[in-house]
Amino acid sequence: MSDLTSESAARRDAVLPSRSRGDRLNEWLDRNSRHIFLWPAVLLILVFSIFPLVASAVIAFARIRLQAGGYRVRFVGWQNFEKQIFGSEQFHFLGTFGAVSILGWAFGLAVTAWVIWWIVSYLRSGWTLIGTIGRLFPWGLVLLLGWLLAVTTLSGRPFGTLLTTYFYVLVGCGIQFLIGMGLAFLCSRAIRGRNIFRVLFFLPLMITPIGIGYTFRMMADTSKGPFAPVWQWAGLGDFSWATDPWAARMFIIIADSWQWIPFVFIMLLAAFENVPRDFNEAAQMDGASEWQIFREITWPQILPVAATVMLIRVIEAFKIVDLPNIMTSGGPGIATESMSLHALFAWRSLDLGQASAVAYLLLAVTVITCVSFFNLVVLKRVRT
Amino acid sequence: MSLFTPRRIGQMSLGGSLITYALLLAWAAFVIFPIYWLVITSFKSISDVNAGPVYLPFIDFQPSLHAWKDLLIEDWDDTRRAYVNSIIIALCSTALSVLVGSMAAYALVRVTYAPRFSTILLFVLSLGGALAASLAYGVDWRLAGAVAVAIFVLAVRGLGNRFAATLGNGDILFWMISQRILAPVVVVVPIYMMFQSVGLLDTRTAIIVTYAVINLPIVVWLMFDFFNSIPRDLEESAQLDGATMFTVFREVVLPLSKPGLAATTLLVMILAWNEYLLALFLSTADAQTMPILVAAMNAGERGILWWTMSAVIVVMILPVLVLAIVLQRFISKGILVGAVKG
Repeated sequence: MSDLTSESAARRDAVLPSRSRGDRLNEWLDRNSRHIFLWPAVLLILVFSIFPLVASAVIAFARIRLQAGGYRVRFVGWQNFEKQIFGSEQFHFLGTFGAVSILGWAFGLAVTAWVIWWIVSYLRSGWTLIGTIGRLFPWGLVLLLGWLLAVTTLSGRPFGTLLTTYFYVLVGCGIQFLIGMGLAFLCSRAIRGRNIFRVLFFLPLMITPIGIGYTFRMMADTSKGPFAPVWQWAGLGDFSWATDPWAARMFIIIADSWQWIPFVFIMLLAAFENVPRDFNEAAQMDGASEWQIFREITWPQILPVAATVMLIRVIEAFKIVDLPNIMTSGGPGIATESMSLHALFAWRSLDLGQASAVAYLLLAVTVITCVSFFNLVVLKRVRT
Repeated sequence: MSLFTPRRIGQMSLGGSLITYALLLAWAAFVIFPIYWLVITSFKSISDVNAGPVYLPFIDFQPSLHAWKDLLIEDWDDTRRAYVNSIIIALCSTALSVLVGSMAAYALVRVTYAPRFSTILLFVLSLGGALAASLAYGVDWRLAGAVAVAIFVLAVRGLGNRFAATLGNGDILFWMISQRILAPVVVVVPIYMMFQSVGLLDTRTAIIVTYAVINLPIVVWLMFDFFNSIPRDLEESAQLDGATMFTVFREVVLPLSKPGLAATTLLVMILAWNEYLLALFLSTADAQTMPILVAAMNAGERGILWWTMSAVIVVMILPVLVLAIVLQRFISKGILVGAVKG
């Protein structure tokens, strides 16, 4: 506290005429401290986040040629976006459309029916204008993704980077949530060696994604990898993960999960440990089964944390780029290419306009998905 | 009494704990095995890697140090440069983002801000206008910037009093945290051009600042929750003694937040240490970091140098491992203070 009193003495002295330059500086800092605390962060974000964001928007509507001594920029309106959605890059971004198969029709109509049911049940439960406008985005997005799936992969055609990204996000995060929660649940029980497991399970989070990519390439090698004898025994010695679209995608999801399950695990473990033990024991005395205890007592208590953790995870999952780049370079064809990687490849071929357009499309679907998830799941769970 | 009946209330049945241990051990094996494979691969000779899998050192194969010799003796200059770069970049960018981020988080907890909505809108509009003018119509960027600033200042004076709608601290906080949604590919091209125009490409400074900014949202978010959980009484009594905001922050708040700071620092440092995409854009030779060195082991016609690459990855993991074990007790406590409250 001696520092504090000398500081206050300095302030008293500051009104006297014989103050030094250092005192005046201190006084100025003190008067403006509310700005000095906040502005460095705001300025950094403005310069390195908002400025590039706006600049990227400008580039997305332009065609940029790199040439000796600088750039040549020509505005082309919506052309970059049109090319991705309707034009020559449609196969790359959305997928190859074919004649819709019976399965495709069934799936598309089922999704449509579900969205209509969702709309009707929302309108019945008392609607507001803002609420309806806000929900138009997720409704549209679900319809779009559902029909895209119906006309591409369900009709026997490959899909593009948009659905691949959603595959990583939905399937990957789903797996990570289930396994992470299961491990956290097991670890939260009264067992010995809990701390050892805790440190051990945390390890993968610290390894660089690029290292994980190469390590899992070694793991999955069917002739030189550690599981080669198993593959050969199963008669799959010549099989290569990297040449089958679905195997390659699953392969990336396994590596991604290996890295990110620890994150879900460590957050949910803390949530499980926060559930008061008395509740469980009281229920156990009343003869409730483990499953009943989990569903009725533990689950409602960890839901808010689980929703927040998954929101963070989904945000990060949309950015996936290192693993597909290292493990498969987006191949076979474009089967494992995420939208981030799509933009990166466009940048590498010096097509900055296309790169920015794809990046902006990624930003749009990320924001719609995350904001909808936040409003419809996280907030709702917290309120009820 | 069956295998699955609990022996006492609050304890597990014998069968239950057997299954629990079996599942946990299985997962532990799944976590450990790739790391084990990485370590032994770095000690294998080239022919041992290429001939097919061998599992146990000294039994299956004779360990050799050739990969480590390549890495630490023959290519020592490259290795040392990347390692030094990585350490400097991780330390500096972490220090910068933790300092700036926790100051902002503290200010958002304790001070009430009310930025005008119209000011922000005007700012974005004049920025976009200046960019469009300089990029599309070839106006000199200094001229465009000056005109934009002039318009902005004049319009703020004029409009400010008419549209008085303001935002609050919550909006600023949300704005900062929401920057995390931006995928690096959205912003990396302009950042690249920006550093190119000031001649900072392939320097540590460029990477340090960029990493500090992309990790800033995490710091603000975690530290906001942490500062929020600190009781106000101490700060208020210090303020009554005449302490300034700086003194309170340095002498009272920071010492109380050590667990939160440790966890945040560790997390941000790991992210900076492991980052690859931005380093790929912003460095070509001098500022190369370790992840770039790892990727460089995928060397063209000779194929992937698995042995050396494994050694590089092991070298990369070691410092983080030591750090994480030392700080382990803070991780669960520190990170989760805010997050667990939801």
